[in-house]
Amino acid sequence: MILALATDTPWWQRLVDFTNYGELLPLVRNSLIAGALLALVGGLVGVFVMQRDLAFAVHGVSELSFAGAAGALLFSIDVTLGAVLGSLVAALVIGLLGSRARDRNSIIGVLMPFGLGLGVLALALYPGRAANKFGLLTGQIVAVDDARVGAMAVITVIVVGGLLLVWRPLTFASVDPDVAAARGVPTRALSIVFMLLMGLAVAMAVQVVGALLVLSLLITPAAAATRISASPIWVPVLAVVFAEVSAVGGILLALGSSVPISPYITTISFVIYLVCRWVGRRRRQRGWVRRVEPSVVLAEAGAVAS
Amino acid sequence: MSAPVLELTDATLAFGDRAVWSGVDLAVQGGEFVTVLGPNGSGKTSLLRAVLGQVALTRGRIAVLGRPPHRGSRSVGYVPQQRIVDPATPVRARDLVRLGVDGDRWGPGHHDHRARVDELLRAVGATEYADVPVGMLSGGEQQRVRIAQALASDPAVLLCDEPLLSLDIRRQHEVTALIDATRRVTGTAVLFVTHEVNPVLPYTDRVLYLAPAGHASGVPDEVLTSQRLTALYGAPIDVIRAQGRVLIVGDDLHTHHIEEEDE
Repeated sequence: MILALATDTPWWQRLVDFTNYGELLPLVRNSLIAGALLALVGGLVGVFVMQRDLAFAVHGVSELSFAGAAGALLFSIDVTLGAVLGSLVAALVIGLLGSRARDRNSIIGVLMPFGLGLGVLALALYPGRAANKFGLLTGQIVAVDDARVGAMAVITVIVVGGLLLVWRPLTFASVDPDVAAARGVPTRALSIVFMLLMGLAVAMAVQVVGALLVLSLLITPAAAATRISASPIWVPVLAVVFAEVSAVGGILLALGSSVPISPYITTISFVIYLVCRWVGRRRRQRGWVRRVEPSVVLAEAGAVAS
Repeated sequence: MSAPVLELTDATLAFGDRAVWSGVDLAVQGGEFVTVLGPNGSGKTSLLRAVLGQVALTRGRIAVLGRPPHRGSRSVGYVPQQRIVDPATPVRARDLVRLGVDGDRWGPGHHDHRARVDELLRAVGATEYADVPVGMLSGGEQQRVRIAQALASDPAVLLCDEPLLSLDIRRQHEVTALIDATRRVTGTAVLFVTHEVNPVLPYTDRVLYLAPAGHASGVPDEVLTSQRLTALYGAPIDVIRAQGRVLIVGDDLHTHHIEEEDE
């Protein structure tokens, strides 16, 4: 079908095509819900991925999650379950063995190709349709059934709830580890807990944007947000908004086309990032915020003293 | 004299067979400024970790406000050495102080601590840059914010772990003067670990000198003498006093320090 389209329509029409849009929309209802849930989780998790410098770990975990999902296809078990298992195993191994950045990166570098290789093997042995296979690497929109949306909703509740519970100590441990440890924050345990929550988020993302492009929803929105704000409230809010615009917008644009979903999501999130970078640079050049005049501070102190 | 806020009795720490320090007795009163000196590897940081409850003593005991130290105690404040923070890290000066107020509590946090954070920032003279990301502050400004953060829990003891490292000499004096003013206002005791003697000397009530062959404590003039330090190191050490400054010559660290100051 893709080949047939390729021969008789111009390439630009294959990218964006809004004919019969109203009829197509109900077909992707589940995908839109999945995308919206994933964006919420991705935006929030991304804030901590940035603070903890875990971009490479996200990529590594997503390859193992892909292997888990591919294995699940081969053995005819639930794909979501496979993706979650692969993610959690990888997150736990990286979390337990790689407490220092240098160790962590080499462990991820070792795990990642192994996971990818396992996944490729499972896909090669899988007798089913090729479209399912590529979906795990590059994303898919049509294959989200009610059961999978239900599973993703459960994961969303766990990840968002877990993050809210550990929000303050995790922030403390991420941006200020020495002082956090001195104040009795269990930095090591929080590190493992966050790896597991991140692993769950990755397992969701693999099923929507595919293993290769997980970073577009787990890093890019949060990276864009930190470019234009340093507020502990606005950074997560903006990250979620950016992720929602990318994911939901990407699915809506991809709807009428014959191209996979992920290029739309990755492009939107990348453009948002570029704009934020430009805005942030201008802001930085002006010194970020206007510092309060020292005379004002002195007057204030005087007022307090008197 | 009132009960000491920090008391070490026969405190001994050993890793395997190697004793880091042994038989340390020290009673610190509220508002007292105790400077901990010693070469690298003499266990200065381990001493702070013991007071924080992060390492257990091999022998003897530590008491903070009469009770054994425990992790997360709000009676102990901690000021670390200055570190490079990525300018893109989304944490403003006020957020760092806020973490000192309630960063160790679970949940997303719903109380508004703005007034308290503003008060802490004002006390260290950091109001001017309260909304600037920490990574965009100078080293001296960062340390001021650190002090505000450490004071957030109204500690009885303020532990300062090389807070002057990588600051220029003027900033070193500013930061130590601020810590001195703080202990006078709040009555918190200060345990100040450093290898830069001179910036802290004017404020130091007592010195605890940890050295390879033992330790000594007392007023600076008693401890910082050629004779005492030679005994502590088990090697010849010269203490030279010039223009109100003390130069300790003989151990590598301090000769290096002198060269730095000549610049």
